[in-house]
Amino acid sequence: MSAISAKAASSAVALARKGVARSDTIRNAWEFVIRGLLGCTALISIAITVGIITILLRETIAFIQLPEIELTDFLFGTTWSPLLGAEKHFGIWPLICGTFLVSIVAAMTAIPLGLITAIYMSEYATAGKRAILKPIIEILAGVPTVVYGFFALLVITPALQGACNFLFGAPIFSGYNAGAAGIAVGIMILPIVASLSEDAMQSVPRSLREGAYALGSTKFDVSVKVVTPAALSGIMASCFLAITRAIGETMVVALAAGGLAHMTLNPADQVQTMTAYMVQIFLGDAPAFGVENLSSYAVAMVLFLVTLVLSIIGNILLNRYREVYE
Amino acid sequence: MTELSSMFHPKSNSVVPKETNTMPESRPTLAQPATSALPTSTPVSEHVTLRVKDFNAWYGAYQALHNITLNIPSQRVTSLIGPSGCGKSTFLRWINRMNDLVPNARADGVMQLDKDDLLDRNFDVVELRRRVGMVFQKPNPFPKSIYENIAFGPRLHKRFHRSDLDALVEQSLRAAAIWDEVKDRLHNSALGLSGGQQQRLCIARAIAVGPEVLLMDEPCSALDPRSTASVEALIRELRQTFTIVVVTHNMQQAARVSDLTAFFFEGKLIEAGATDGMFTNPKNKQTEDYVTGRFG
Amino acid sequence: MSAISMRTKRIVKNRAFLALCLFSTSATILILALLIVTIMVQGSNFLFSSEALSAVFGHGELSQIPKIIRWDFLTNLASRFPEKAGIYAAVIGSLWVCLICALLALPLGIGTAIYLEEFAPKNRWTALIDFNIRNLAGVPSIVYGILGLTAFTRMFGLFGSDKNSALSFGPDNAWWHIQLPFGQGLLAGGLTLMLVVLPIVIISSREALRAVPSSLRQASLAIGATPWQTASKITLPAAIPSILTGAILAMSRAMGEAAPLLVLGIPVFIANTPDNLNDNFTVLPFQIFNWAGRPQESFHQLAASAIVVLLVVLICFNGVAVYLRQKLRKPMA
Repeated sequence: MSAISAKAASSAVALARKGVARSDTIRNAWEFVIRGLLGCTALISIAITVGIITILLRETIAFIQLPEIELTDFLFGTTWSPLLGAEKHFGIWPLICGTFLVSIVAAMTAIPLGLITAIYMSEYATAGKRAILKPIIEILAGVPTVVYGFFALLVITPALQGACNFLFGAPIFSGYNAGAAGIAVGIMILPIVASLSEDAMQSVPRSLREGAYALGSTKFDVSVKVVTPAALSGIMASCFLAITRAIGETMVVALAAGGLAHMTLNPADQVQTMTAYMVQIFLGDAPAFGVENLSSYAVAMVLFLVTLVLSIIGNILLNRYREVYE
Repeated sequence: MTELSSMFHPKSNSVVPKETNTMPESRPTLAQPATSALPTSTPVSEHVTLRVKDFNAWYGAYQALHNITLNIPSQRVTSLIGPSGCGKSTFLRWINRMNDLVPNARADGVMQLDKDDLLDRNFDVVELRRRVGMVFQKPNPFPKSIYENIAFGPRLHKRFHRSDLDALVEQSLRAAAIWDEVKDRLHNSALGLSGGQQQRLCIARAIAVGPEVLLMDEPCSALDPRSTASVEALIRELRQTFTIVVVTHNMQQAARVSDLTAFFFEGKLIEAGATDGMFTNPKNKQTEDYVTGRFG
Repeated sequence: MSAISMRTKRIVKNRAFLALCLFSTSATILILALLIVTIMVQGSNFLFSSEALSAVFGHGELSQIPKIIRWDFLTNLASRFPEKAGIYAAVIGSLWVCLICALLALPLGIGTAIYLEEFAPKNRWTALIDFNIRNLAGVPSIVYGILGLTAFTRMFGLFGSDKNSALSFGPDNAWWHIQLPFGQGLLAGGLTLMLVVLPIVIISSREALRAVPSSLRQASLAIGATPWQTASKITLPAAIPSILTGAILAMSRAMGEAAPLLVLGIPVFIANTPDNLNDNFTVLPFQIFNWAGRPQESFHQLAASAIVVLLVVLICFNGVAVYLRQKLRKPMA
């Protein structure tokens, strides 16, 4: 082996020299060009953010400067009736309240269900069960939002009305209501909570669990008292990101939540969310520079800011959990 | 012996000594070593010396290497030993500028490969890495076929006729003592090989670009003893063609494999010299403590 | 408290929690099943011809099976009359706009991911870009609609209003006939959907690239490859299965989006399928939205049928993704 090795090595080196060298100026030039091109693509994401902010800002300022609008009324008023002829009011709070109500119902549906499912998948389920459960959750995530809207309007609402009829003798839930929309949105965001929380829990090192078991803990103790707190920032990140998605949801609320903007916390009532209002305006025939049209941009601005803040918090939490475990 | 060890003294101005006919082999080795005469075929690298003088390296504010002065002679195996964190891997990775990948790594001083200043910003790093190959601690073959693994490097740098490329792949695999095991499955995935085979494949891959220097960063630490033995034997053979620098935390391995040893500790070069002398008669108390296992 | 009763308490707690877990997971499965079943039931009227169905299930005449699906539902254009309505235009429009979106979003998104992962120095600016992209993923799609409306449909008013466009390129009957501003055409729709989908493509491609072990990159660089050679010959090929999966999932999302296109002003009723890049089009989700919102029961059934078609298309998409993922997946180390 020895002599062959050494001789082969020198032959290899000699053979390696036989090739025709490639030009390194071309190589360097190519490298430079590709770097530049790819670098430009990265700038596009910045351009998008700048674009969104500029456009929304411009239209919102135009809205505020309209004679009918008072900034204080917009920011603090509790009546929103932009289409009411002489009695127009543009207080933003009814829309925020509607969005808030739907999102709360969605959160109350998605977070408990999603978290427990995540704990089950991460700590209890065997590989076989996980192999069934994970695709189902992925499928729920892939269903288009109009389908959830249809479901909310034509399945959940009648079901709620029927249940209330049976239990209380009256339907209670109106044809459009925040509850049904909230439940549907909750189902829609459940996969976000479940997968991100499960990822967070899986990242908790085994040594932590083993230490707890060694002290005599049961599976319940380990899952709920050790792993969940350890994965807390990841779990909270998933909640924030899920709620961000719920707030921005358009089709479900446009179909099922209704078009009446008022301040209420009753899920059986009709509400109008910020997104539903925008749909109403954009579907209508309002002139391009009229107050209705501009109000929709102002609402979009508020929506964007709210989702931005929540999304930033969610991503900061996500970074934090990633830093700790990766 | 004294001629060679004088290479390490910074004040000496000795040129690369002419090859003497024998290298005193006073310790048992695993394979019968060939004589150290230069192969009479194509002369490969007669004067490659790695000259390092007053070399310092930092990671951010932390200084990893202090004033290293070392000359690495050609066609010898030099091993770098020392406890964890002493800077030997850092030093190795500066030789082929792999530390460029680390965001806040910087260095100053003199590091020359054959008169080329390696620390120069404008120096062609790509060509450097062709001349200075590296084998990593954990074998890392590409997820391609065995043939493609070997052919990848040469194709980057040069154009070859198909027949030349085939011959190059074969010779490289022979040089890494793995040809017989893979010649019938050149187009199978390299990931199907065992750990020891993968490491030899990585050595073949490094050889295929025709380097002058081979750097090995703890090449056997992820291998079982049998594969370790074959890789060590390989290293001893390959020194006839290449200058080899091996980082190892295993002193016995250093003793088995290398001609010259440099002992690093806490970022400083404590002692360097012929391997025999280092282990049997170290000049420095710290060296003695380390090689006798008083600390590690 | 005696040791035995404490132990019973613990066991009970454990079992109760397990029961809770099982309940919640079965709830999840049940919800999906309920969704599918109700949609199928509601949609059966317009998807399946009742005569053929009763022929098969009543008398067992298997030769009627091909007639079960009402092909005219799939091939008709929209109509005011539920019996005559079809979703052909919407399906074609959806497919076209998703194709355009894919052609735009995939190169841009994957290119950005490659740059950020392989080339960009890891400093504060790249961290900022990364953070920015993650937040863009959370922006409601309707806001992207607004961006698309101003930037593509109206083009900031630079070329005249979208009803009377100022510039046009190409002969009227060529597929690449473009008018500036883009109006409500396929190009505008595709660009707007690209905005929605881009952050998702970038994030999933980056995850795919990150999953390639760095030892491979180091091996490649150590042998003298440049960063681009390493990225294109080693890293990208290894990451392709995951990138492809992410791309297809992003396209599924694009196919289900109606809100941004609604803002652009695409029509609900359309006479024919789009002929060129600037032609009007409509998409299936928007059609569904329109039908579901009407009071008549038959339109609800139409909506359900359209949903079935949409889901079938999406299942095919995702099926291709899973198949590709299996086929292309190789071990990396």
